Amino acid sequence: MSNIHLHQITKSFGPTPVLRDVSLVIKDGEFLTLLGPSGCGKSTLLRILAGLEVQDSGSVWIGERPVDGVRPKLRDIAMVFQSYALYPHMTVGANMALPLRMRRLNAWQRLPILGWVVPGTRRVAAEIEAEVSRTAKALDIGHLLSRKPGQLSGGQRQRVAVGRAMVRHPAVFLMDEPLSNLDAKLRVQMRAEIKDLHRRLGVTFVYVTHDQAEAMTLSDRVAVMLEGELIQVAPPQEIYANPDDCRVAEFVGSPKINLLDSVVRERGSVDAVGTRFQLLSDAEPGTALTLGIRPEAFHLSDGGGVNTLTGAVRLIEHMGSDLFVHLDLAGLDHALIVRLTADRAPHIAPGQTLHLSVKPDRVLAFSRDGKRLRAAGPAEMCKVPSLRQFAL
Amino acid sequence: MLACALAGPAVLLLFSLFFVPVIAVFVISLTDWQFGAPTFAFVGIANFREVLADEGFRASLLNTIVYVLIVVPGTVILGLAIAVLIESGRSLRALYRALHFLPFMATIAAMAIAWEALLHPTIGLVNQTFLAMGLPTANWLRDEVTALPVLAIIGIWQNLGFAMVLFLAGLKSIPRDLYDAAEIDGADRWLDRLCTVTLPMLNPVSMFVVIVVALRAFEAFDTIKVLTQGGPGHASDVLLYTLYRESFEYLRTGYGASVAVIFLAIVVALTLIQARAMDKRVHYQ
Repeated sequence: MSNIHLHQITKSFGPTPVLRDVSLVIKDGEFLTLLGPSGCGKSTLLRILAGLEVQDSGSVWIGERPVDGVRPKLRDIAMVFQSYALYPHMTVGANMALPLRMRRLNAWQRLPILGWVVPGTRRVAAEIEAEVSRTAKALDIGHLLSRKPGQLSGGQRQRVAVGRAMVRHPAVFLMDEPLSNLDAKLRVQMRAEIKDLHRRLGVTFVYVTHDQAEAMTLSDRVAVMLEGELIQVAPPQEIYANPDDCRVAEFVGSPKINLLDSVVRERGSVDAVGTRFQLLSDAEPGTALTLGIRPEAFHLSDGGGVNTLTGAVRLIEHMGSDLFVHLDLAGLDHALIVRLTADRAPHIAPGQTLHLSVKPDRVLAFSRDGKRLRAAGPAEMCKVPSLRQFAL
Repeated sequence: MLACALAGPAVLLLFSLFFVPVIAVFVISLTDWQFGAPTFAFVGIANFREVLADEGFRASLLNTIVYVLIVVPGTVILGLAIAVLIESGRSLRALYRALHFLPFMATIAAMAIAWEALLHPTIGLVNQTFLAMGLPTANWLRDEVTALPVLAIIGIWQNLGFAMVLFLAGLKSIPRDLYDAAEIDGADRWLDRLCTVTLPMLNPVSMFVVIVVALRAFEAFDTIKVLTQGGPGHASDVLLYTLYRESFEYLRTGYGASVAVIFLAIVVALTLIQARAMDKRVHYQ
């Protein structure tokens, strides 16, 4: 079992705090993604987990033992870097063999020519070679073993980096934005391969990314980090549909969630941009709230009544199966963005007035400091949307 | 037309400052011309024959090779060691850099006089120190055995800063990720790190340093002229000093020119070999 426990980790670079009291438990075999904008501390957290960086306070446990002060190579982890960090002077085969050579051969045996004279070297070297070629074959890079990294494409390099991590069967895979340097098409393909790799290996993956599509499609759970804090750790659907914090709601989802300033009129209803919304929340009358409504939560209606907005179409973005409609609303200084399926909204043109309704359970209420306000009771449970929206 | 006009000045300069002198040297090397003499006659390869048969020239060539073989490895290894040390330390980096780079910037003829004072047989600091420590002393610059090695050590001292600066630049350009990867892969002791990442990644820089320092060592002249004048006997005679002495002290210009041609041939050959090696071995992308 190699559960990972991060216990109250803090880290500062000089006067700048990077991680503030981060605690997290990663289950054995889980695919956990650290998601956040650049500079939020997610990479630092991963590096602390790897042992490449030392935390100011707090402790890291991998499996049954604390690994604070334990060197990276003894932590039973492997890491894939954004830049791949392949050794440019070594062939692919040598790159993949290095972790095994460093572990199984002693300093004498690693000497260039003399090493062969030392007893046992040939046998171990042959084993290593066999394992490397087996791993390479599994990753479909068997034919590249004698090439140098400089002669490979981005996708191939990525596979070599994964191969170097895989070859010694670590208990935990750490990946630091491994797909960022690839073009969009390749990224989608490699995403699927990483998912498949996780399924095949069954070991723990900790994956750092700023790309919500990667986080949503790959993860068992997503840990959203902002400004050095863990804001929410939950399965992707939960993060999307049921965010704990306004910033999480804003960070996840494309196009962005619509945020409307509002004031509670009476228990269960609020006023925002001149419309009354029913709300599953028991906030006191007079409380100022922020309402969050996902673009796809709206549907076309005949107008009038509660939970219905009226606005003029500013522009339309065709996305194939969907339309993104930008609406001008009286009393709202930015456009309201609505996502409609193309076949249900055939005749929309700029300038047209639209009435849009939203179900009360799709309206998320946040207090002004960004905390989610939830109503007691089962009515709160949101409908979980499909993950199709992330596949863009 | 415009293109010719634009390239013209550069071509003219290249010809007048480079090609014409080189051709002139070739031509002179085939004559018996003496500097300042009104007439000369072509003597074919007689000069070359004389040069190659000359004991003094052979000694000079051998000395040059020995000098280069001491200076190049000494400079490269020490320069690399100092660069790695400076880079791994945290404080006073700029000071150490400046200190080690100073000799390269200084006028070597003036510095040679300082060395002369240090190496003075009776009042020099070197001998005084050796004496105090009970070590054997020598008349460093007047002794057949020590003259050339001492000059080579001064050569190392002179080129060290140059090599160090280039190595420092090379070290800075090694991606941090590679060291991280090496640490995770298990190459986390300093020797492993050096062999897995630092040295291979410095290979292009090292090649460049070796070429430049080798060329500079071949061209050693100032220290020899100031400190030993090639002596005692031919013990510290090097090619460039022989060339100078024959041409401008003995005024045997034809003979000097043929030494120059041989010198040029060696330098060109060296450059070509190293350029070839550089292309083959050290091209990462």
